[in-house]
Amino acid sequence: MPLSRDEVRHVAMLARLGLEPGDEEFYAEQLSGILGHIDRLQQLDTSDIPPTAQVVEVASRLRDDEPRPSLTQQEALANAPAAVDGFFRVPAIQEEA
Amino acid sequence: MTTSDDLTQLTISNASRLLRLGSISAGDLVTAHVERIERLDPKVKAYLRFTPELWEKQADEADRRIREGDAPPLAGIPVAIKDVLCVRGVETTAGSQILRGFKPPYTATAVQRLFDLGAVMLGVTNCDEFAMGSSTENSSYFPTRNPWDLDRVPGGSSGGSAAAVAAGEAIFSLGTDTGGSIRQPAALCGVVGMKPTYGRVSRYGLIAFASSLDQIGPFARSVDDAAVVLSLMSGLDPLDATSSERPGMEVLNSHGRGVKGMRLGLPREYHEVAGIEPGVKARIDAALFVLQREGAEIVDVSLPHTDYGLAAYYIIAPAECSSNLARFDGVRYGLSDEDAPNITEEYMKTRRKGFGTEVRRRVMLGTYALSSGYYDAYYLKAQKVRTLIKRDFDEAFKKCDAIVSATSPTVAFPIGSKTQDPLSMYLCDVLTLGGNLAGLPGISVPCGTSEGLPVGLQVLAPQWGENVALRVARAYEEASETRVEIATPSPLQGSN
Repeated sequence: MPLSRDEVRHVAMLARLGLEPGDEEFYAEQLSGILGHIDRLQQLDTSDIPPTAQVVEVASRLRDDEPRPSLTQQEALANAPAAVDGFFRVPAIQEEA
Repeated sequence: MTTSDDLTQLTISNASRLLRLGSISAGDLVTAHVERIERLDPKVKAYLRFTPELWEKQADEADRRIREGDAPPLAGIPVAIKDVLCVRGVETTAGSQILRGFKPPYTATAVQRLFDLGAVMLGVTNCDEFAMGSSTENSSYFPTRNPWDLDRVPGGSSGGSAAAVAAGEAIFSLGTDTGGSIRQPAALCGVVGMKPTYGRVSRYGLIAFASSLDQIGPFARSVDDAAVVLSLMSGLDPLDATSSERPGMEVLNSHGRGVKGMRLGLPREYHEVAGIEPGVKARIDAALFVLQREGAEIVDVSLPHTDYGLAAYYIIAPAECSSNLARFDGVRYGLSDEDAPNITEEYMKTRRKGFGTEVRRRVMLGTYALSSGYYDAYYLKAQKVRTLIKRDFDEAFKKCDAIVSATSPTVAFPIGSKTQDPLSMYLCDVLTLGGNLAGLPGISVPCGTSEGLPVGLQVLAPQWGENVALRVARAYEEASETRVEIATPSPLQGSN
């Protein structure tokens, strides 16, 4: 099933992936090619088959709820492209009233 | 060969003996490796970065403990670490521009265990961006070259780690395997590489690609070395809820007992896979003959859903990657497009600029497969097919103790020959990705050459059966007298 350019734009928005000139054609062609191969999955009748999400049987296990040292504020911010007053800085997300 | 070069051809067990005898020091080993790296790595390009502060400190510490008679198992052994495993304070980028400059505030558990046992880190090795690829050409820095032929790829995604061990630039290394990223480059570079059972090794500190498939494992020059490294980094880690309580030492059970009386399954779908080179097939047939001579019985088995494995994998892995890579938003670490007028634009511009072509392709594919209206048709369907593939292996293991096949259908291919056609690159992993979908342990061991390039024999075992896979690989290695050959590329070889 080939992907339309509208679908490419929709998926790129969901993935928060910017599009540059030529990208829409590129993804439409490349993803359609890969999906063409993947479509063979539809040949299999899987109506009675349960899905596998976790392949090894490991009982859900939580570690003890004990306080332990975590990153300091300084360590947590050390790799931030922009930090101010101990916070990560981002562009304004609300308009001024 | 110079004396200094001799020190770069050792196995862990040989080097440890020389260190304990006092014939050499950890400092000597580091010096020999650094000299060889300076000479060869400008051509091979296995490493992205070097860690002189770590190797000086760790070699000094190893020498002190050896002198005091308190040497841990890996004291003084030089190791190279793939650029997806976090090491505190050492730039770790997953081969990507989006993490350029990122210095992790913590160290991956698997790496920390090796450090605690005396290993000496030489540097960070190149890989396909976020471990997505089969040739290391998707690194955003530069491609790594195969030490056997510098115009060819080393395989991937852990190509730098494989090439470093093959070229005498590290005694062992760590890689990660999501669809074959340890076993395939091990085969193409002529070294031993092992992917453990899912859950055997903690993934804490591994930059995630596909969390239900990723595992960390070793590259080494002998099956014994691979077994020892794996046993030492395995076991429960409270920081990874999927890590197993099973003791790491169990992988060494029955090691060295030979294959007499064992049943080895040869899946016809693997042995006859489309695109398998006659030279590769001939090497595998010869290896099976050796194992038979040693007393193993070769039995025909079938993995009927093999033709659907690639399709299921290329839904599941991209879906998990699209979710894992959502964290790269230009806010907390890495690259950021700070000129964007609002936060959505900032995300979009940062990610478009920071991710390379293959990563963007997989994020798009995975997002599409998970998107409303397509989830059942793609993601859920792929998970059901994953069940069928796992059942294929369960059925096959009723008839045999381990499964044997080629690791890769081809020998190392020329750089640039598959980059235009993603599907042709994906097919490199057709014999390895089933092991990830089913969570199995698998090892690739060198089994000679075809057209002058290495071929790997893959041994897959049931979950938690690392000892079985290692036993078969070790028996083959011993009986065939195959030794890992250290490749020394001529300085004139290669196109640039």
